[in-house]
Amino acid sequence: MIVALPFAAAGLAMLGFILVCMVRLSVGPTAADRAVALDTINTLVVATMVLLGAAFDLVVLLDVALVYALLSYVGTLYIARYLERGLS
Amino acid sequence: MTGLIYAFLAIGAAFNALGAVALIRFPDVYTRIHGATKCTTFGSIFSILAVAVYGIAHGGGAGGTMAVRAFLALVFLLLTNPTGSHALARAAHRSGIKPFRAVVDRLEEAGHPSPVTRHGPEETR
Repeated sequence: MIVALPFAAAGLAMLGFILVCMVRLSVGPTAADRAVALDTINTLVVATMVLLGAAFDLVVLLDVALVYALLSYVGTLYIARYLERGLS
Repeated sequence: MTGLIYAFLAIGAAFNALGAVALIRFPDVYTRIHGATKCTTFGSIFSILAVAVYGIAHGGGAGGTMAVRAFLALVFLLLTNPTGSHALARAAHRSGIKPFRAVVDRLEEAGHPSPVTRHGPEETR
């Protein structure tokens, strides 16, 4: 336990940035804007999970972050493919 | 070691904030992809590096495991994030979204026409 509180503070800051991205997610004019906002939120969620895993000293949370990173990548690719061809 | 962790956390938070602001401030989808992806990838890399340095400084089995997992998450993020953004940008172009105030569209001239010509809401005002 060297520094645990700064990691929690950084994780909370990431949650604030996610809220800022949610503005674009809700008002985005086109579907591609919303997809980009979702992609950004996914990256920030991975960073938040890793930071909170360090803050709580739980390695399990880092495993969850790994799986979330891979699954969000697959989700982004599916959304991009849907935008491109229209579910075919 | 603690100073290094603080510096990495500060750099990560600052660049993630820049990425979130870029998502709000930029005019069309391509510039938003540009700003948000690069800034959040860089910022997340430094945030995760702070956790890896913390794990190394922690020492022992648990700290080493944490450092390895953080490094794996960093590599995954570094590989998958630009790929996903590339797919999103190509999908946006192919679904007919024009860049804001575009002068030339070299991708369309090179034989990749948009199937439908749809103008973004920023361009119609």
